Amino acid sequence: MNATGIGAAVRRKEDQRFVTGKGHYTDDVNRPGQCHAYFLRSPHAHARIKNVETKAAAAMPGVLAVLTGAELAADKIGNLICGWMITSKDGSQMKMAAHPAIAHGKANYVGDPVAVVVAETLAQAKDAAEKVNVDYELLTALADPAKAQSEGAPQIHEIAARNTIYQWHLGEAKAVEAAFKSAKHVTRLDFINNRLVPNAIEPRAAIGEYDSGSESLTLWNTTQNPHVARLVMSAFVGLAPEHKLRVIAPDVGGGFGSKIFIYPEEVVCLWAARKVGRPVKWVAERSEAFLTDAHGRDHVTHAEMAFDAEGKATALRVKTIANLGAYMSTFSSSVPTYLYGTLLSGQYEIPAIYCEVDAVYTNTVPVDAYRGAGRPEATFVVERLMEVGAREMGIDPADLRKKNFIKNFPHQTPVIMTYDAGDYHASLKKALEVADYGGFGKRKRESARHDKLRGIGFSTYIEACGIAPSQAVGSLGCGVGLWESAEVRVNPTGSVEVLTGCHQHGQGHETTFAQVVSERLGIPLENVSVVHGDTDKVQFGMGTYGSRSGAVGISAIVKALDKIEAKAKKVAAHMLEAAEGDIVFADGKFTVAGTDKSAAWGEVALNAYIAHKFAGQELEPGLKEGAFYDPTNFTFPAGCHICEVEVDPQTGESEIVAWTAVDDFGTVINPMIVEGQVHGGIAQGVGQALLEGAVYDKDGQLVTGSLMDYCMPRAHDLPALKVEMTRTLSPSNPLGIKGCGEAGAIAAPVAVINAITNAIGSEDLAMPATAQAVWQALQKTQDRRKAA
Amino acid sequence: MTAVALTVNGKPVTGDVDPRTLLVQFLRENLRLTGTHVGCDTSQCGACVVHVDGKAVKACTVFVWQIEGANVTTIEGLADPNGPLHPMQEAFREHHGLQCGYCTPGMIMTAVDMVNRKGHELDDPTIRHELEGNLCRCTGYHNIVKAIAAGAKAMKGHVQQQA
Repeated sequence: MNATGIGAAVRRKEDQRFVTGKGHYTDDVNRPGQCHAYFLRSPHAHARIKNVETKAAAAMPGVLAVLTGAELAADKIGNLICGWMITSKDGSQMKMAAHPAIAHGKANYVGDPVAVVVAETLAQAKDAAEKVNVDYELLTALADPAKAQSEGAPQIHEIAARNTIYQWHLGEAKAVEAAFKSAKHVTRLDFINNRLVPNAIEPRAAIGEYDSGSESLTLWNTTQNPHVARLVMSAFVGLAPEHKLRVIAPDVGGGFGSKIFIYPEEVVCLWAARKVGRPVKWVAERSEAFLTDAHGRDHVTHAEMAFDAEGKATALRVKTIANLGAYMSTFSSSVPTYLYGTLLSGQYEIPAIYCEVDAVYTNTVPVDAYRGAGRPEATFVVERLMEVGAREMGIDPADLRKKNFIKNFPHQTPVIMTYDAGDYHASLKKALEVADYGGFGKRKRESARHDKLRGIGFSTYIEACGIAPSQAVGSLGCGVGLWESAEVRVNPTGSVEVLTGCHQHGQGHETTFAQVVSERLGIPLENVSVVHGDTDKVQFGMGTYGSRSGAVGISAIVKALDKIEAKAKKVAAHMLEAAEGDIVFADGKFTVAGTDKSAAWGEVALNAYIAHKFAGQELEPGLKEGAFYDPTNFTFPAGCHICEVEVDPQTGESEIVAWTAVDDFGTVINPMIVEGQVHGGIAQGVGQALLEGAVYDKDGQLVTGSLMDYCMPRAHDLPALKVEMTRTLSPSNPLGIKGCGEAGAIAAPVAVINAITNAIGSEDLAMPATAQAVWQALQKTQDRRKAA
Repeated sequence: MTAVALTVNGKPVTGDVDPRTLLVQFLRENLRLTGTHVGCDTSQCGACVVHVDGKAVKACTVFVWQIEGANVTTIEGLADPNGPLHPMQEAFREHHGLQCGYCTPGMIMTAVDMVNRKGHELDDPTIRHELEGNLCRCTGYHNIVKAIAAGAKAMKGHVQQQA
């Protein structure tokens, strides 16, 4: 192994700028002549907009423009779209309602923009916004997804009767029906997968700039996928032709999915920049982020698992209502369908599965992918049923899992996916050792001596990452291909620039991608730069989400490096006056096989450019290659997390006292970075399980609208984490990478809930399992015991 | 408008500001010291922590006129830009105590203040408790805690950059 190559825990190249305050985030960008936008937002969840009076605001000091939805429509600025078409079980297509960047005619959630004020300073824009007079006619709001389809519920969009966007299903209903009829045991559960606010610490921001000389627009934006943003804003919103629109995503301070989507504010900044002829900047305040960043999860589910006499799962039946909020966000439709239903087989050989999902509109912020996206919801369903099933049947939960694990690969599940590689026994076995499962009884007794209830919970999760094979997702309704691109540019002095269509917002690509190049070309890490996040530099790319950057993005780099090596060998053959087939490349050196004749990497790079040793007609000068890589399958990271809690029965407070994670991510480029990804995912999962929950009241007001009301995990909410790995290689990409970004968030919530319910002896516990919720669950159990 | 004069990272600075200008706005917008970040609007996240007269302060909680004459250190002033990193900066890098980097300046400034008040031997519960005012969404805090423990030890004998 090269000391800075694949598998080395090298320290991150990007950290120098971040630890010294030299990071360059969107809000750090200031353009000459820049002015500021402030969005006036609907304070009502559901209201007809009868009139927006802007005259008084326009006359306020410093105001350059006050723009409304009517002007947006008059300028023929197109609607925001959802890019994944879902077909209902009756064959009809999903009901995508118009989503203008500024509400026109009707406001559909608290936070829906109704006007934008552009002024010299932000303070002036805010002051002027107070003078905008909006005449609202209040309509009954709908906030509860469980009530969205009820008779008499207010209908939010004309296109969607009973607020139903689609009624999707997957699997074999009849086979499931038959399996349930002959089941020996059935476990039934109802869940609410709580609604979450992503809360990347950097708020969203945008700066739009118009250059009248070249008739082109530039957008600086907190986005995870600048090319997709450009494509949508060009092809659908119609702001500018694609070649006249540049999107720059500089350093981005966390995304977790929420910065994938194309939002109204960036559209408006570009549109307004052209209208006022000056750069227009907008930065979200945290309270605005709560009201406008796409939220995550929000499922209401009933699920049942059938078991035979030996405890083998024979069937799974799931019915889910998924809340997509007031409008369909960019990838919202895919999250509760193809990222959820397809993972319901978990790590288990379940012969028959049937899943139905109704997606509904409500008067709430749009809901879309948030770290894990559909897979945490699926894992929660499967792993709660397994755990509760084990308890009901009196089988050790680890043993029940072992009994049901898939053992042979490839394995075709009943829900589309073909798992290509894995060893679920290995990760469970290692986790049981690391967590000292055998010693749990002793620890439980020890806790009891201190009047604490101790519990242990498992999560043997699976996810589908490496998103995604383009043909496969195309056949399922996705509007784009999900390959990735790379370009490797070798300079005459031998240093290398790698251009990637992926985008980093915490993942450390500048280091890991360079490690792959360092290993392959045998050059020092510092001689490699990774370039990303600018549509003028990188030709096209699909961005970073779905744990795809390693499995798909790095694979594209590997493919480009193959081409570089092939071309460099040709150059070396000319230099060394040998046959191309005799050239061997290893450790940064080209050697003629069987001789001591060699040329160093840098010499070959220089010769490729000076082109003195070969005729330019025979071999093109230069050393630069591009590649597009389309994966052959999803990848299937999987593992076992074990959570141990102590509950104080007097207060209901749960403390996580131990956490063991054993994950199989295939090939790991940088173990330090991978462990960091696992830590962060677990924290978000623990947040969902114990602390976080977006709450709307019945009128559609967001009650948890700030960091004072929405409880984010802090350092003292988490324990030190034990993170270990097992390894099976993914056969679906050249390096055998599976992806690691979402595992923690997928695995963690159900491990926590399984642990707390184990501690308190009641399965009746919803997330977030706050002290109050746990205390109440305990009281109910005691009441039941007394009654019995 | 209000005239203000203070010392930032060892250099005297002045400004003529709207009285509602917060310290964080003054640093970012007037002085273009953009290493100090804004992550919330309720003084919860700690991304804007700087040192005012040697003590950690959330720069979003004070108007700049309130600290007239004060000595302010930001992340940019923690170490000599041409010299080695401050031991706490180095510890964050060494222990992978950051991912997206957005909360990092506030974390590091909080950590240095923690060492100034609590000493060089910081245990896990102390560090976690002391991080009450700083949010990180990326790291799960695990490596931040490790970094601070190591940085605290490394700060023994370190002479603070004059600010």
